[in-house]
Amino acid sequence: MNISINNARVINPDGSESLRHIHVKDGVIINVSANPPQEAAGSIDAAGKYVLPGFIDLNCDVCDPGYENREDMHTASKTAAKGGFTSITCLPTTQPVIDNNTAVRYVTDQGKKFSVVNILPYGAMTKGNLGLELAEMGEMKKEGIAGVSDGNVSVFDASLMRNIMLYASMFDLPVITFCENRLLSEGGAVNHGKVSTVTGLKGKLREAEDTFVARNLILAFHSGSRLHITHVSTRESVALIRFAKERGVKVTCDTCPHYFTLTEEAASGYDTFAKVNPPLRAAEDVEAVKEGLRDGTIDAISTGHSPVSIENKRVEFDRADFGISSLETAFALSYTALVRSGALSLRELSEKLSANPAKILKLEGKGEIREGCDADLVIADTESVRRINAADFASKAKFSPYDGREAFGVVAGTMVSGKMVYIP
Amino acid sequence: MAEFERKDFISIKDISAEEILYILDTADIMKFVLSREKKKAPHLSGKSVILLFYENSVRARLSYEMAARFLSANVVEMNVTTEENSGGNLLEMGKLIDQMGGDFIVTRHSMSGAPGLLARNCAASVINAGDGLNENPTQSLLDLLTIRNHKKGFKGLKVSIIGDVANSRVTRSNIWGLLKLGAEVSIAGPATLIPPGLAEYGVRVCGSACEAVSGADVIMALRMKREGHYSALLPSYAEYKGLFKIDMNLLQYAKEDVIVMHPGPINREIEIASPVIESRHCYVDDQITNGVAVRMAVLYILSLNSGAKGGGCL
Repeated sequence: MNISINNARVINPDGSESLRHIHVKDGVIINVSANPPQEAAGSIDAAGKYVLPGFIDLNCDVCDPGYENREDMHTASKTAAKGGFTSITCLPTTQPVIDNNTAVRYVTDQGKKFSVVNILPYGAMTKGNLGLELAEMGEMKKEGIAGVSDGNVSVFDASLMRNIMLYASMFDLPVITFCENRLLSEGGAVNHGKVSTVTGLKGKLREAEDTFVARNLILAFHSGSRLHITHVSTRESVALIRFAKERGVKVTCDTCPHYFTLTEEAASGYDTFAKVNPPLRAAEDVEAVKEGLRDGTIDAISTGHSPVSIENKRVEFDRADFGISSLETAFALSYTALVRSGALSLRELSEKLSANPAKILKLEGKGEIREGCDADLVIADTESVRRINAADFASKAKFSPYDGREAFGVVAGTMVSGKMVYIP
Repeated sequence: MAEFERKDFISIKDISAEEILYILDTADIMKFVLSREKKKAPHLSGKSVILLFYENSVRARLSYEMAARFLSANVVEMNVTTEENSGGNLLEMGKLIDQMGGDFIVTRHSMSGAPGLLARNCAASVINAGDGLNENPTQSLLDLLTIRNHKKGFKGLKVSIIGDVANSRVTRSNIWGLLKLGAEVSIAGPATLIPPGLAEYGVRVCGSACEAVSGADVIMALRMKREGHYSALLPSYAEYKGLFKIDMNLLQYAKEDVIVMHPGPINREIEIASPVIESRHCYVDDQITNGVAVRMAVLYILSLNSGAKGGGCL
């Protein structure tokens, strides 16, 4: 495979832009230059469009094995490719749970057979993801897990959480935690606040997130392990993480597009498509999350892709599953809400979608465009507007709270290891 | 004249002040029917009313059934309070009732928003008889009717609501309705039982019962759940009584002609002191009669609209 992407707008590390021709051979970028390569066998013209490092999703539910009715390895990867994601992590909350090396190998093999993007499995931090006993992190590390995760179910026992951090640090694995103290959120369906009052739905308190963020930060401070907090959604969480970073805690974090583009009001008419966990919060939280993205407190944007079946959304709000199909909308929503509004530059957004996730997971040769790096690239048309049409999703979950919304930022092509895996 | 052109009656927060008053005016006419010796009107003759209660209820179900029968409707009660009887999916239940030719579904459900979901997915007219902690709109209308009968209007009226606000769906309906109609709403109750964000909607949230009832035209006491329910929220009924019971002493802070209401049944000497219940201030019996009248009014008004008019399975 010997191909060149020509006339690409490339963003330099200093933020300036250059027109470049990216020559790719055998899945690797071999040259980035001002002149088109002579010896390329084929070429793609990216005139007028940006070429960015492929996006890396730190929090994605592939649902395979066990919940293939929601999504499977193939559809998840097609969905990712359509959204410009060249690598996706797999939450371990499958059936069976990814808590041992055999299960990790299954996911890796499935990925090789059915996925068009890179698959980065997470191992569960506890057996069965039950939050009771340590899982075999060392064995799973040998099979190539990218980190240990709680599968978006917080480990309740603080002592066990401390041990997980200590133990994971032996293998230099990032500890990916979702922060929700269930005693403060049990039974909740929306944010505790104006909308829970006006709908009569039970609220999930912000304190549920804030207290566990604080707890995990303190545990990471004392253990010295690499902590990553996913799905940051509240103002106080952002403030706590900012404070912890100032104190030298080795913490990184991400949020999802819905936490800076929607407020709790999206659920005020009982729209189950807006039922996500943590719940959509108030306007002041959205502003704080944006500010956290702007000042670097929030390192990355994950999609929080958590497809569920439509049958489990077309029911009473309390009975509906939490979940959103977001791989395909993440870039456009982020670009429109953050870059077009002036909060971030495109370079900063690109870092939050690619370079920083690569650093957090310590992925070699990813998240950058330079010689020697993997040819995982996305061609982004930032000038065009497109209407989000959930019926056209590649995901099995063809619904979205954004259905019908217009957004800038169209993925015009995705390349993984030198191969085009998505062309519109 | 204002109209109410909806297929369903789901909530107070989604309808206008004019629509509320239109229903109250109609309910006044229904009270006339109720005052006659032969309590029968033909307006719902040939129509079927299905009482689909996913939560137990004696008083509300009786009230709806009487209302429907006074208007000559066929009434079918469904026992769906247990999992085995629930007939599965709510939407399938709606479809089933449509196919069988039901015209009205009166439903009470433990999940907020469920009647609205049913209404959007079936042809029959749906009446919300209480959903989760969201609303109990006809219960609210009977409160509003009772207030209007005695206070002649809502503008500037001072209404105090005292007690377990968090667990009261009728209070949510009342708050939205009273605010729309121009009343001033003050609430007081244990801090653990006050839902968040009420001040942002224009409610005065008070620290004590005295503060809330100062200068009040209307006091609405709320029903407490069983004492055991509150173990983490309230130390005891005894402590509650000391702080929030409506007694003659508390009434001194209100207007001289204050009326006291309660959704019933009352826990005497916990929510309201017996002397207040026996006094000229208490209008709980009126509320019960008005409940039948507003339910008749809602059934009648909806029967004028297309959803129910088009009833019939073929």
